[in-house]
Amino acid sequence: MSPAPLLSVKDLRVGFATEGGLLQAVDGVSFELRPGEVLAIVGESGSGKSVTAQTIMGLTRSKNSRIEGSVRLSDQELIEAGDAELRRVRGDRIGMVFQDPMTSFNPVYRLSAQISEAIRTHRGDVSKGEARARAVELFDAVGIPDAERRVDDYPHEFSGGMRQRAMIAMALALDPLVLIADEPTTALDVTIQAQILRLLEDLNRKHDLATILITHDLGVVAEVADRVLVMYAGKVVEEGTLDEIFYDPQHPYTWGLLGSLTRLDRPRPKRLPQISGAPPSLLDLPDGCSFRPRCPHEFGRCTEVPALEARLADAPSHCDRCWLTSEQKREKRQVAGQIGLEAPA
Amino acid sequence: MLRFIVRRMVGMVLVLFVVSILVFLIFNVIPNSPPAQRLAGKNATPVLVKSIEEEWGFDDSLPQQYVTMMKKVFTGELISYSPRTSVESRIKEGIPATLSLSIGAGIIWLFFGLVLGYFSAIRAGGALDKFLTGLAIAGISIPVFLIAPVLIYFLTYKLEIFPNAGYVPISEDPWQWLTHLILPWFTVAILSIGFYSRVLRSNMLDVMNEDYVRTARAKGLSERKVMTRHVLRNSLIPIITLFGLDFGATVAGTAIITEVLFNIEGVGFYAAESIEKLELPPIMGVTLYGAFFVVFINALVDIAYAYLDPRVRLGTAAQ
Repeated sequence: MSPAPLLSVKDLRVGFATEGGLLQAVDGVSFELRPGEVLAIVGESGSGKSVTAQTIMGLTRSKNSRIEGSVRLSDQELIEAGDAELRRVRGDRIGMVFQDPMTSFNPVYRLSAQISEAIRTHRGDVSKGEARARAVELFDAVGIPDAERRVDDYPHEFSGGMRQRAMIAMALALDPLVLIADEPTTALDVTIQAQILRLLEDLNRKHDLATILITHDLGVVAEVADRVLVMYAGKVVEEGTLDEIFYDPQHPYTWGLLGSLTRLDRPRPKRLPQISGAPPSLLDLPDGCSFRPRCPHEFGRCTEVPALEARLADAPSHCDRCWLTSEQKREKRQVAGQIGLEAPA
Repeated sequence: MLRFIVRRMVGMVLVLFVVSILVFLIFNVIPNSPPAQRLAGKNATPVLVKSIEEEWGFDDSLPQQYVTMMKKVFTGELISYSPRTSVESRIKEGIPATLSLSIGAGIIWLFFGLVLGYFSAIRAGGALDKFLTGLAIAGISIPVFLIAPVLIYFLTYKLEIFPNAGYVPISEDPWQWLTHLILPWFTVAILSIGFYSRVLRSNMLDVMNEDYVRTARAKGLSERKVMTRHVLRNSLIPIITLFGLDFGATVAGTAIITEVLFNIEGVGFYAAESIEKLELPPIMGVTLYGAFFVVFINALVDIAYAYLDPRVRLGTAAQ
């Protein structure tokens, strides 16, 4: 590696004031993203991955949100930026693709008009005709057939996969530096998922786009990610390259995630493995490690919060938050001959 | 789109046909007394009753009676019998006043309803929202027969800001037309202003949570553009439906009380007068006229709806 990071997030904390008190949705997340890199953020629902992504865009700003830390895009600080300054970044330098393509377009405007709106918001001198021509170009680039005609369709005339392509086209309209894809394939069926992932990978390579891919699907991660951030209850519990996470996972939560993947190249288990229990309420977190109540390997030290740090001598970029020694980890993660999290006694 | 309009128009004719049959049944068939007697009015002579019976063919079969009635309606031969006046010409005379009242009121309530609802929504939970909510509830709660006399008493009688009741045709004196109508307009509009602002507010608050609003923000649109082009635009669709129903109902009904209170000789005034004198032919005519307006305006609304929401235009509704 490594050119200078394009996007660097430091100690990002996002809380929401609720009737039950302050809900700390994101608690000290840090990462760096370089051009051409795909960073996957994985975790269960409520782990804070979407809030992290939306906070980078400033979409979580509201009366009730408390945002601290730093998000720097090149040399621009986004957390402190004013609303107007942030609007100039949104859609222009950072593009975003959302989870549900069926509801993420406004049903009453033609797709060309919605893409043109994105372009003309940032480039006042581009005419409507030019913006439409650009939309056609983008539709071609994301593989929508008959782009010239279909660009003037309404969203409901597109299938889900095509809409997600259109969504990606819109996010790329102004050649952003960073693309944030928030569960871009969750609402699509599996064959379409693969197509969309390939498209994202292609675009990422062609445009040297830095991509943040948010997902709960490790299959998706394995396809496209360079680096992986595993989040649990608002904190990063493990961070490393794709290989490090998949072949040498250090945190029991990651073992659980990997263990609950069904694999076609292994005999089918009688019962799909799962991580027992449910994520804790963010309003009532356990002391120490948040994963402690669900972890079968819990021991005395777990009531202290472990720091996120490199614990392996040969992998300085591979960090995790677990008190077990690496020898213990390598031994305990073996469940029936493969990586997994054993059921609690 | 053209096909959609044609289909809607055909539908409208069918509905009117059904309505006319219902009117026929209600007025001439269902009541358990000789229809000619009722049509003739309170103090009819036997000779008049006899002639009405022949004229309307009450000895014929029911379908034939229906045809006779509709022929009278369409050829303008529907008359009230004491004294003999043409129903059609009285309705025609009344239409300009009734439409002046309804259209003006409609514009006022739509305008104020939308403006107040919009600001209520974008300031939801704030002081302005609470104030507008109070105002809306007050507007919805005050009945027309209370607000009209109060307005007349204070603004016309005490302060002499507005001229006394009555109606001046716009062709005669546009200024007088306007000043005579302002109070009636607001009398009709006040309830709907409150109601529409509430409906728009809640529509907008719903739409604000839509994914495409987040998409619009992620594109870098200003908050004002997000609110007007995405939130407001999509919140208007149900408002249009509501407006069609309410406007039709105003032309055909709500205007009656207001016209009587402000002494505006429109169709509603004529209806009220006929009801008082128990004259059936005018009531029959006004009922059909009202039905026509309600159905016609709803057809227009459906077309506007298709314009506003492309899914309606091309969806299964048009197939």
